[in-house]
Amino acid sequence: MASISLRNVVKRYGHGPKANQVIHGVNAEIKDGEFIVIVGPSGCGKSTLLRMVAGLEEVSDGEIAIGTRVVNNVEPADRDIAMVFQNYALYPHMSVFENMAYGLKIKKVPLDEIKARVDKAAKILELGHLLDRTPRQLSGGQRQRVAMGRAIVRNPQVFLFDEPLSNLDAKLRAQTRLEIQKLHTELGVTSLFVTHDQVEAMTLAQRMIVMNGGHMEQIGTPEEVYQRPATTFVAGFIGSPPMNLLKGEAKGASFTVGGVTLQLPAPAPRDGELIMGLRPEHLDHWNAASGWAFKVEMIEMLGAERLVYGRLGSEQFTLRIDGTLVPPKVGDTLMLEVGAKQLHWFDAQTKKRVE
Amino acid sequence: MVERRPALTLLAHLTLIIGVLIVAFPVYLTFVASTQTAEQIAQSRPLSLIPGDHMLETWKLALFGGETSAGSKIPPALPMLKISLISALVISIGKIAISLLSAFAIVYFRFPLKQFFFWAIFVTLMLPVEVRIGPTYQVVADLGLLNSYAGLTVPLIASATATFLFRQFFMTVPDELVEAARMDGAAPMRFFKDVLLPLSKTSIAALFVIQFIYGWNQYLWPLLVTTEETMYPVVMGIKRLVGGESYTEWNVVMATALLAMIPPALIVVLMQKWFVKGLVDTEK
Repeated sequence: MASISLRNVVKRYGHGPKANQVIHGVNAEIKDGEFIVIVGPSGCGKSTLLRMVAGLEEVSDGEIAIGTRVVNNVEPADRDIAMVFQNYALYPHMSVFENMAYGLKIKKVPLDEIKARVDKAAKILELGHLLDRTPRQLSGGQRQRVAMGRAIVRNPQVFLFDEPLSNLDAKLRAQTRLEIQKLHTELGVTSLFVTHDQVEAMTLAQRMIVMNGGHMEQIGTPEEVYQRPATTFVAGFIGSPPMNLLKGEAKGASFTVGGVTLQLPAPAPRDGELIMGLRPEHLDHWNAASGWAFKVEMIEMLGAERLVYGRLGSEQFTLRIDGTLVPPKVGDTLMLEVGAKQLHWFDAQTKKRVE
Repeated sequence: MVERRPALTLLAHLTLIIGVLIVAFPVYLTFVASTQTAEQIAQSRPLSLIPGDHMLETWKLALFGGETSAGSKIPPALPMLKISLISALVISIGKIAISLLSAFAIVYFRFPLKQFFFWAIFVTLMLPVEVRIGPTYQVVADLGLLNSYAGLTVPLIASATATFLFRQFFMTVPDELVEAARMDGAAPMRFFKDVLLPLSKTSIAALFVIQFIYGWNQYLWPLLVTTEETMYPVVMGIKRLVGGESYTEWNVVMATALLAMIPPALIVVLMQKWFVKGLVDTEK
């Protein structure tokens, strides 16, 4: 097992002024045995970052170290890592056993040890009865488990997962998520897991890295990322529906946005142009006697809760309310009461959190 | 055809039967001729469609050679069949081996002038043996390869078509498979041997059938590079039996023609399953 250090990691394609930079100096220290999820929208560079750790992409600048060893110029096979691919990448002509044993066979591990290791991995993953089948005889979930088995038998220092759940249906995905979690508790191997799904990120991560446009926006535990988003991007990306972000002028305890002036429960951190963030689920009361006037435009019923869409002044705003309560009607004006702790503040220019 | 109308089924079968008859009739006629004596063939006009009773002796004569009752000498077909078989095998296996390797290089490696080499191979499509036959003959002659297996096969081995077939196939192999092999520590040739080759099995089989027949049916090239009868392939042997200074023993010619048809036919029949799979299979 090993820690991973990313030191100012840069990836660019091409050379000179025409080079296309896709990763802009990522720094992260991943502790031994930690489960890290890298999350972000498509094209944010999360897979590229993972592939650089795997050694499938060259590092243009900066350093990647696994344990104490800088691995920039080390072949993937010699990095002591294992990777699970999105489409599993099982060898179609080999049986499940051969798929799992192939890496060991190349390393010239003695046959009885290969057998022992594969059997052990198959037992953990409940693949014992499938060892003689070929991948095409397996279901998607089983293939996924074989891909994980192939990673486990190598006893690696680090597991890398490249969106391994995105080809599974919703039910299987939830189940496999739990299995991966269980596996990590059992084996305790440092893991890097790439996904675009924030639910996967929140549930699996011990710490998560939120990426956007090749920049690392925030690294922290799921709680930290949810409760104290470092930038407006993180605030909008994590949480569903996303945080309401309103850009306006703060002056003491009042905030002018969309043509109306809202009274704040506590003064804003500073005067001037700011972005105020408020999660749809974080209102003290949505039907108070006085507060911010909110006009209801549309309501969605989700079962346990309702999403209420409407406007604060001229700005879009969303509420999430308990589904068992009598809902407001479209066209109603509600009075929202907000606690000071629920408000997040961001700089209007840098988009960074302001305390 | 999704519709189930008896008339249409009948029509379809009728068309196919007529097709089979058109293709099979000359073969049948060849067979009938090979079971009669040369005199019977020469005298009966039109040719009788009922097999005669001289099949064994004619076929024996064709296969092992000897003298006919009319006194002409028949060279044995057996050594010629051997030469044809060896040449066809060398050509088809050589083509497949070289094409696999060049396609592997073009798809999986970055090297200087890659595009140039790719197009250089492409251009050879426009230069089949028939076009470059003069210079190729000169080269083979200067190398002293006349009347040798090398002379018969080497100039026919390079194949742009096969290279392209494998290139197309390799490009459909998912990149993740290459990456997974890299993570498993497979060196390039190991990946080629353990992953690419088994995956290309069906394409190789299809190509083998096509190239074997191509090699077997070569006529023009062996005509140039072989001057000694001991190096004649069977296709040339048939030609040698026809005409010439002596009287043509048509029954022997027909028997030899059938003998020459058997190996390629066997290859097609035995490898039919693979052959069709290789041409239509897209499953990875």
